Amino acid sequence: MEPIVRVHSKTVVIGSSNIDTDQIIPARFLTTTTKSGLGKQLFADWRYLPDGAPNPEFALNRPEAQGAQVLVAGRNFGCGSSREHAPWALLDFGFRAVISTEIADIFRGNSLKNGLLPIVVDETTAQWLLTHPGAAVDIDVAAGRLTLPTGASVAFPLEAFTRHCLLHGVDELGYLRSRSGDIERYEAAHRERTPT
Amino acid sequence: MRTLFDKVWSAHEVVAETPETPAVLYIDLHLIHEVTSPQAFSVLKNLGLPVRRPDRTLATMDHSIPTSTEQVFGNVPIKVDAAARQVRQLEQNAAEFGIELFGMRDARRGIVHVISPELGTTQPGMTIVCGDSHTSTHGAFGALAFGIGTTEVGHVFATQALLQRKPKTFAVNVEGRLRPGVTAKDLILAIIGRIGVSGGTGHVLEYRGSAIRALSMDERMTVCNMSIEAGARAGMIAPDDTTFAYLESKPRAPKGRDWDAALEQWRALRTDPGAVFDRSVDIDAAQLEPMITYGTNPGMVLPIGAAIPDKAGDEVFAKALKYMGFHGGDAMLGKPVDVVFIGSCTNGRLDDLQAAAQILRGRKVAPGVRLLIVPGSQAIKRAAETAGYADIFIAAGADWRESGCSMCLGMNGDTVGAGQYSVSTSNRNFEGRQGVGARTLLASPYTAAASAVRGRITDPRELL
Repeated sequence: MEPIVRVHSKTVVIGSSNIDTDQIIPARFLTTTTKSGLGKQLFADWRYLPDGAPNPEFALNRPEAQGAQVLVAGRNFGCGSSREHAPWALLDFGFRAVISTEIADIFRGNSLKNGLLPIVVDETTAQWLLTHPGAAVDIDVAAGRLTLPTGASVAFPLEAFTRHCLLHGVDELGYLRSRSGDIERYEAAHRERTPT
Repeated sequence: MRTLFDKVWSAHEVVAETPETPAVLYIDLHLIHEVTSPQAFSVLKNLGLPVRRPDRTLATMDHSIPTSTEQVFGNVPIKVDAAARQVRQLEQNAAEFGIELFGMRDARRGIVHVISPELGTTQPGMTIVCGDSHTSTHGAFGALAFGIGTTEVGHVFATQALLQRKPKTFAVNVEGRLRPGVTAKDLILAIIGRIGVSGGTGHVLEYRGSAIRALSMDERMTVCNMSIEAGARAGMIAPDDTTFAYLESKPRAPKGRDWDAALEQWRALRTDPGAVFDRSVDIDAAQLEPMITYGTNPGMVLPIGAAIPDKAGDEVFAKALKYMGFHGGDAMLGKPVDVVFIGSCTNGRLDDLQAAAQILRGRKVAPGVRLLIVPGSQAIKRAAETAGYADIFIAAGADWRESGCSMCLGMNGDTVGAGQYSVSTSNRNFEGRQGVGARTLLASPYTAAASAVRGRITDPRELL
């Protein structure tokens, strides 16, 4: 995982609430056996017209959205399927952060494990961002702060362990493996549990 | 005084959480399938690691494989090339890492959340994970079961543990009796309608009360299955005599003295009187009607006799109705139907097929309607054939298939066409879920079968 310390970028806004992972990456693209290259299928059914041409109405296709690394979305982003292909597709497209008032649990966990920042903000901040597409925002991971171009700055929750992993590009697997002694002791103490 | 969830959680804490670090949680059973495992196996290969506990790992194929008999058992190759690659890759990975696989032609194959309970590998008090959000299904047995992403699949492969923050608890109290024609599916749709599609975020639901205790195991699985549709990663039901009676005959349930010992432990798996939940909601089962969705998430749901609300000025609501081709004020009853799908990890079990057979017996599918019935597992397929349900389905004009996820998600060749209306017993009515442009209406097997017969959305009580 790439370390992520700071993101300074304009935003792109997809204002719908309850954007599910089937929209982020439809199931028919899940037959891949790798993580790479999913960016071209990101939001495929919204982004492309039936003939395959880009839908000019869709936010990601507008010229001003090009290069944006921060996606601002309506409430409850990433609900539904546990497919990690959703954060893989967002990252492959170029996003480094998603901002919403509410982010679904499994999507949030999957994002953090791949270095995509799931940022939950209050209703006022979200409303400002939703109504100002293209705003240049600054995200400081170490400080856990999001700063708007107005100068307003809000804290976003990020626990110490997660922050450490993001800032240093540390894979959680390394930490889990470092606890293998504890796992062995646990297994020894619970041998009676029925294996499959 | 602890909740059922607290008991299962604390019994699996390898390392308790601290303000700085998440808990290390031990995983008893890891279920895998062909779609969310390949990248996790690649991580193991890159690091040169084995699967730590292949004896606690079970593999099957369900999502991308076809359901047509010629492709599964005949000489016709799998039509979706990429799906064929995933199937082959899972076969190779399972062999390389020593994992038991119920492969494409195995008599025990089926949807991952259907076969583990059938085998008796899903047991009360366990922690169970799978790279699939409907892992919540196994909570019906009093297990803590939740969906994980592929990175976490890799973590469980390598360590048999996961880093987790302890979720909050949410009691869903359902008292009273469901009326005839109102099913477990209607109950869970009503619960989602009440608490909303993100109402359970950050929480584990515990379904409680007399209406829950009265449900069969198949029905309890339907309820727990859709916990994720309310935003909750897991939903649980305390095990009781219904649970134990279901498990006792299952091939991999404990036997003899082991069974007696297990039973003693399992009986303690209930929320202590006076234990406090972080949140709760009360539902009166006797007030519920058959439910049907009208929008593009499972929270957009109505009693079947109701009209679609009018929410002028709500752009997101308007977008959903536009996608569905509906208008505020429309009645749901009588709307035309193109496709009916009965199956999935939500409603692909024998109870569900029995309900469909009850409606379809001696009746025909309406002209122009396609009815696809897909059993949740090969074992259920055989049971439905023995019970005579399959003959009823075929006589009615239904397409009766091999087991799999099928039309629940459009990635295996079973799809709904653009603009078509599908009454589906599955779990998600998201845009495009059943195929590009497909319009899904979630309902019970009764409602689905009745709507297939009439070719219009029908209150199943008219045909019962």
